[in-house]
Amino acid sequence: MSAGAVQSRRDWLLSERPASRVQARLGRAYVAWRRFTANRLAFVGLLIILALVVVAALADVLAPYSPTIGDLKNARLMAPGAAHWFGTDDLGRDIYSRIVYGSRWTLYVVILVAIIAAPIGLLVGTVAGYAGGWTDAILMRITDIFLAFPKLVLALAFVAALGPGIENAVIAIAITSWPPYARIARAETLTVRNSDYIKAVQLMGASPFRIVLRHIMPLCISSLIIRVTLDMAGIILTAAGLGFLGLGAQPPLPEWGAMIASGRRFILDQWWVAGAPGAAILIVSLGFNLLGDGLRDALDPRSGDQ
Amino acid sequence: MSTLLDVQDLRVTFPTRIGLVEAVRGVSFSLGRERLGIVGESGSGKSQTGRAIMGLTPPQARISATKLTFDGIDLLAASPRERRALRGNRIAMILQDPKYSLDPVMSIGRQIVETLRTHEKVSKAQARERALAMLEAVQIRDPKRVFDLHPHEVSGGMGQRAMIAMMLIAGPEMMIADEPTSALDVTVQLEVLGILDRLVSQRGMGLIFISHDLRLVSSFCDRVLVMYAGKVVEQLKASELSQAQHPYTRGLLNCMPRIDADRHPLPVLDRKPEWAA
Amino acid sequence: MTSAISVDRLEVIFDRFRALKGVSLDVEPGESFGLVGESGSGKSTLLRAIVGLAPVASGSIAVNGKTLGPRRDKAFYREVQMVFQDPYGSLHPRQTVDRLLQEPLAIHGFADSEKRIERALDEVGLGKGFRFRYAHQLSGGQRQRVAIARALILEPSILLLDEPTSALDASVQAEVLNLLEEVRRRRKLTFLMVSHDLAIITHMCGRLMVMQGGEAVENLAANDLVERRVTKDYTRNLLKASEGFVRTT
Repeated sequence: MSAGAVQSRRDWLLSERPASRVQARLGRAYVAWRRFTANRLAFVGLLIILALVVVAALADVLAPYSPTIGDLKNARLMAPGAAHWFGTDDLGRDIYSRIVYGSRWTLYVVILVAIIAAPIGLLVGTVAGYAGGWTDAILMRITDIFLAFPKLVLALAFVAALGPGIENAVIAIAITSWPPYARIARAETLTVRNSDYIKAVQLMGASPFRIVLRHIMPLCISSLIIRVTLDMAGIILTAAGLGFLGLGAQPPLPEWGAMIASGRRFILDQWWVAGAPGAAILIVSLGFNLLGDGLRDALDPRSGDQ
Repeated sequence: MSTLLDVQDLRVTFPTRIGLVEAVRGVSFSLGRERLGIVGESGSGKSQTGRAIMGLTPPQARISATKLTFDGIDLLAASPRERRALRGNRIAMILQDPKYSLDPVMSIGRQIVETLRTHEKVSKAQARERALAMLEAVQIRDPKRVFDLHPHEVSGGMGQRAMIAMMLIAGPEMMIADEPTSALDVTVQLEVLGILDRLVSQRGMGLIFISHDLRLVSSFCDRVLVMYAGKVVEQLKASELSQAQHPYTRGLLNCMPRIDADRHPLPVLDRKPEWAA
Repeated sequence: MTSAISVDRLEVIFDRFRALKGVSLDVEPGESFGLVGESGSGKSTLLRAIVGLAPVASGSIAVNGKTLGPRRDKAFYREVQMVFQDPYGSLHPRQTVDRLLQEPLAIHGFADSEKRIERALDEVGLGKGFRFRYAHQLSGGQRQRVAIARALILEPSILLLDEPTSALDASVQAEVLNLLEEVRRRRKLTFLMVSHDLAIITHMCGRLMVMQGGEAVENLAANDLVERRVTKDYTRNLLKASEGFVRTT
């Protein structure tokens, strides 16, 4: 593509007078993208998360060994080397392969929690904020009750009640992580509720349901996305914590937290068994944090639209 | 008439995403002990002119001028410390909304006393006396009560008077007022202007009055600069406003509804590109 | 003939503060009526009470002969629309002009929205080039034109105007006032307009009411102001103040 074509495409995206709905939307997205990529670290975060997705998708190709079946006879607790990049664990399984497959479980947890917790928080927060009065009081007291428990303890209680397993761990984490989202959505709703542009929609005869869904929620979504992204690290750690306590993923599932738990017995002599999954958790958490920071710069409504 | 402020070819440039934008493009004027009005619409550069003189331009902007002197002091060459000493002591500024300029957690009286004591060595009791006298001078009826109030406890007009009192306590020689009365009701507006007017003539201050309201400025000031797109397009005596030459000034005067003129539709301003050239 | 708007001894109370103290008002169909006063006079509160945005404590409001209950239905909003003071605050920051104009049509189930949006933009002098812009890509005057287009797109018979030009530059104000007069003439609209500026009200309205502290001070015809036939001191002060600063010494 020639420089001229690039230039004209850029002008088309940044046009002050878009000619169609699509152009207006793309132009807006492009401005956000430019703001995002201006932040180098955020871009690194995005690359880390993209790498995680690619690894999870191509795990079958990338992993040289089976994640669950090890060579008990010849390959127990081997140090990192050419044959086993990250070494092997006490059951002779290749740790590199287990981490590669474990990325799938990490993504599974993160995505499920996000699609369960964020909408619940968004709905509770916007409805409470817009309706006010009794609805607000009741919804927010429920939120407060959830917030009053330490997250991990509450998740533990839920998993204990539901039974161990990665699905139940996901549900438990989702149930404990929506209250902060509800608070954010409510705060955001309260700031826009009395604005003239919401009043103008009321004067069009719009129902409260329509106002919340079509006019208030879109304004809350960007701060929610930012918060959820920043929380991802915490969610991964909670999942790992549940795994570590034996209440999350059950053996032989290659979940990173459970891997650390089983590696802790050898942590002094065979540090790589716990160290490798620990590093994986560290890198992915860092990736989500950097991405969240970048999104805050790119999406924050308070940073203005220009 | 002695010249207090001399501005020659003042330029203020802002870097933006689409390149450099010149907000003020070569403004020249001088101010004696008089009331000078600067009038223009939004984006004309009138506020940036005032801020540049005060040294309140945002740090990313660039200021240049062939001459910018206050009482012989070169403002562009002055160090930040010297500028700070000038500000408040010899040059004062009043902004549109007193709510943003007054400290919300300090009582009005204390703010005035603090301002005085940073500029002059006076005892606490003396400072209090002078602050009360100043509040009285800006026609606050119950100065003792207002002295102990916080900015959020007073009305807009009262807040603006308190602001003026604070600005004038150190006895500045020049004052820049940027839309000082635009947030006020008309009747309050005139009272505040009356106070300003009296103080200016009694103390022999130089006043730069920045406003969008051509008629208000012309009834209040001695001389008016009309700004358009960062430039002064016309400079005239306030009393001769009706004989304005520039089509922009005339258009601006013309397009306002008047009580005793029945004009339907109102004449609108036909902006010519050569005005901005 | 029934009045377009009839307000009878209206009281509005916000948390024990009486913003309106028994104000009565009659606006004839097709008339342009002005409300003048300073901040706290209750003039904007009166508009907000009519559209259901302020808590009515007692008294009654009737529109086109129909007395309004505590809730406004959809049909009401097809009769009465409002333009807000601040063009920077009355347009949704994340919606294009197209979306803003589509919304009322979608709510009221109009089928030919495509044509109506184009016509509405033409009517306020904006044209197609503005259709897919966001509010931040428009100037103050253009925003106010969009707000007017949005209010007119449901074809109301009554337009409430809350200081529609006070946030605009003088030259833009003239353009918007001219536009408002033109649409009123073309569509035979009834205006109820609020302003603090006597000159704007005399320019735009046939009759007016001066308000102070939540009460009506006096009712005047625009001509009374032109010929300075006012009876109350308060109005006289406002008139004098509108002429600018007068040096006393």
